[in-house]
Amino acid sequence: MTATPSVVDARRKVPSRQTAAIVAAVAVIAVVAAFIFLITQEPNPDARPVSLGVSLNGIFQWIGNLSPLVQIPIILAIFGAVVALILVLIEYAPRSGKGYFYLRLGASFLIPILAFMLLRPYQNSFILVLIIAVVLGGALFFFDYRARKGAGYLFQLVIFTAPATTLLLVGLIYPTIATLFQSFFDKTTTTFVGLENYVWVFTNPEGFWSVINTVIWVLIAPVFATVIGLAYAALVDKSRGEKFLKIVVFMPYAISFVGAGIIWKFVYDFRQGEQIGLLNAVVTAFGGEPVSWLDAQPLINTFMLLVVFVWSQTAFAMVILSSAIKAVPAEQLEAAAIDGTTPWQSFINVTVPGIRSSLIVVLTTIAIAALKVYDIVAVMTGGRANTSVLGFEMVNQQQRFQSYGHSAALAVVLFLFVLPLIIYNARQIKKQREIR
Amino acid sequence: MTAITTPVPSVDPRSKRQVARQTAKHEKDAQRRLSSRGATLIAILIAILWTIPTFGLFVTSFRPGADSNTSGWWTVFTDPSFTLNNYFEALNSGGTALSLGQSFINSLAITIPATLIPIALASLIAYAFAWIEFKFKNMLFILVFALQIVPLQMALVPLLSLFSRGLTINGVGIFPGLELRDVTHSFATVWIAHSIFALPLAIFLLHNFISEIPGDVIEAARVDGAGHGQIFFRIILPLATPAIASFAIFQFLWVWNDLLVATIFAPTSSLPITQTLNSLSGTWGNQWYLQSAGTFIAIIVPLIVFFALQRFFVRGLLAGATKG
Repeated sequence: MTATPSVVDARRKVPSRQTAAIVAAVAVIAVVAAFIFLITQEPNPDARPVSLGVSLNGIFQWIGNLSPLVQIPIILAIFGAVVALILVLIEYAPRSGKGYFYLRLGASFLIPILAFMLLRPYQNSFILVLIIAVVLGGALFFFDYRARKGAGYLFQLVIFTAPATTLLLVGLIYPTIATLFQSFFDKTTTTFVGLENYVWVFTNPEGFWSVINTVIWVLIAPVFATVIGLAYAALVDKSRGEKFLKIVVFMPYAISFVGAGIIWKFVYDFRQGEQIGLLNAVVTAFGGEPVSWLDAQPLINTFMLLVVFVWSQTAFAMVILSSAIKAVPAEQLEAAAIDGTTPWQSFINVTVPGIRSSLIVVLTTIAIAALKVYDIVAVMTGGRANTSVLGFEMVNQQQRFQSYGHSAALAVVLFLFVLPLIIYNARQIKKQREIR
Repeated sequence: MTAITTPVPSVDPRSKRQVARQTAKHEKDAQRRLSSRGATLIAILIAILWTIPTFGLFVTSFRPGADSNTSGWWTVFTDPSFTLNNYFEALNSGGTALSLGQSFINSLAITIPATLIPIALASLIAYAFAWIEFKFKNMLFILVFALQIVPLQMALVPLLSLFSRGLTINGVGIFPGLELRDVTHSFATVWIAHSIFALPLAIFLLHNFISEIPGDVIEAARVDGAGHGQIFFRIILPLATPAIASFAIFQFLWVWNDLLVATIFAPTSSLPITQTLNSLSGTWGNQWYLQSAGTFIAIIVPLIVFFALQRFFVRGLLAGATKG
C-alpha cells in the first residue's frame, strides 16, 4: 500500500508542528514580499522576456505554422505526454525509498520553476518570479514530507488538481473579478467612473433595449419551450412510432444556433414580388401583405427570434420530460384510472405533479440559456431594429466600439440576472437526484 | 372527452360495482384508443411543423440558384430540378477571407483538441475529489460547482487581454502575452478558452460518475500494490468511459456549434465554420442557394454525431449536461 506509511516512513523524522508553522509563515512572508517587490519596482518598458529556449509561446507559434489537420495529432501528443508524466509522477512519487525521495524533491522544485519559465517572465521580474517559484516548490516539498498520511500524499493530490485549478483560477475566477472591476471604469479602463456604466445600460437606447429584450426572452422562451415539449412528450408517449417522432423534434437541438438562425431567416425571407420565404408565402396566400419580419417593430422581430430559440430548446424539454413521464409510477396512473379520471384529468392531477421537479429544472435551464443567448441575435439581425440582448450587446460594445466599461457593465447585469436562476436550478437538480 | 360517472351504490353493491367498473374500463379503453389517435395526429402535426424549416432549406440547397431565387422551395414538387453545384460553390466561396471549406477544417482542428483536453484535466481532478481525502474537500468541490454560475460573457474580455497582453500589475510587466499574430493558423487561444469554460461542468459530471464506482474495486487494486496513477489509468478511466463518452459528445457539439468564443478568441485565419458561415451569410445576402448549401455543410457534422450516437446523447442530457 502506498498511501499508508511503511516501516521506513514511520522511522523518518517528521518535523514537529511548531517547525511546520514557522516554515509556513516564512514561506508566506517570502512569497508576499517577493510579490510586493515585484509589483513596486520601476516599470521597465524595454525589458525583454527571458526564456529557457522553450516557451509556451514558442510551442504555440511552431504548431500554429503547421497545417490545421496536422496540428490535431501534435497538440494531442504533447498534451498526452504531459498527462502521462503527471500519472507517472502520481504513481511513483508516493513510494518510500531514497530514489523516490529525490524524485519528489526534484519535481517539487522543477515543476513550478519550469511552469513560470514557460511563460517567459520579463527580465526585470525574472529573479523575483523565480524566487516565488522556489519558495512554492520548497513549501510543497516540506509539507508533503510531513503529511500525516505519508510523504507523497500531498504531492500526488497537488499534481492531480493543479492543472484544472490553475486553469480555473486564471481563466474564470480572475477574469470574473476583473470584469467586475472594469464595469466601474471608463472606456480606457483607467478612470474610475462609479456607476456611470450601469446608468448607461439602463438609459442608452441600445443598453435599454437589450435589457428589455432579455427580460422578454427569459420570461417567454422557457414557458413556450416547456409547454410544447411537455405536450409533445405526453402525446407521443407509448404511441406507435414514438421513437421516430421524438427524433424528428429532437434534431434541432444538434443544429447550431448559427444554422438555426439561417434556417429560420429563410422562413422569414421578405422581398418584392413572389415570396420565397414560407411565412410570407402563407401570408400572401391568405391575401395578406408580406411583412419584413426581422425589421417589424415593436417587439415583433424579437418574437420572431424567440421562435428560433423555442424551436431548438423544445427538444431539450421534450427529452427530459419524456423520461420523467415514463418514471411516474404506473400504480398511480392505474389508481387514477380506477377512480374514473379522464386521460386529461390524470395527466393534470397525476403526471404533472409527478414530474414537477423535472419541470422546474427544464424551465430554469432554458431560462438560463435564454439569458445568455448570443448567436441567434448575431446571425439573424446583428442587433438591428432593437433586437439586441445583453449577451449580444456586451460583445458588440467590446468589438465594435472598444468600450470595455459598457461591455463589462452589461456582462455584470447579465450575471446578476443569471445568478438567482442558477442557484435555484442547482437546488432543484439536487432535490431531483435525492428523490431518484 | 367526457367524465366517466362513478358507480352508484345499489341493492347489490358488489356485483353492481363490478359491472360498473367493467363498463367503465371498456369505455375507457375505447376512449383511450380514440384520444390516442387524436394525440398522435397532433404529435405528427407538431413534428411536421418542426421539420419544415430545415427541410425547406435542405431542398433549396439542391435547387439551381436561378430557381430558388424566383420561386418558393415547395414548387420543387411540381417542377423538380436538382444540382450539386451549390455545394461546390459554397465550399469555395469566401473572397479574400477564409473559404468555407478551409474553415470546416479549422473547425475540426479546434474541436477535437478542445474536446479531449478538458476531459482529461477534469477527470484527473474529479478523481481526486472522489477518492482522495483532504481538508476542505467538500467546500472546494462546491466552489468548483458554483463556478458554473459564471456566464461566459463575464470572463471573455479579461481572458482575451491576458492572452494578448500578458500579465502587467501596477505598470510592471511580469509575463508577456502570446505573440501569435504572424502565425498562419493559431488555435491555441481557442483551445485554452474552450477548455477552461468546459471545466466546471465536466468536473461536476465526471465526479458524479467516478464517485459512484464501488470502493471495493479501488481497494482491491490498492491491496495489489497499485498507486493512484495506475488506479486512475487502469480502473477509473475504463469504468468511466460511458460518462466520458456522453460528455465528450456534448463538448464536441458545443465547440463545433460555438460562435461566441470563436468570435472573441480566434484569429482571422483560424475562424471556425460557424463564424465564416455567419459572415458569408451577410455577403451572400439573398443568394439562398449558397446560404442553404453553406448551412448544411456546417451542420452535417453535428447531425451525423447526433444520429450515430443518440443513445449517449440522451443519456448525457439526462445526466445534466447542459452548458451553464
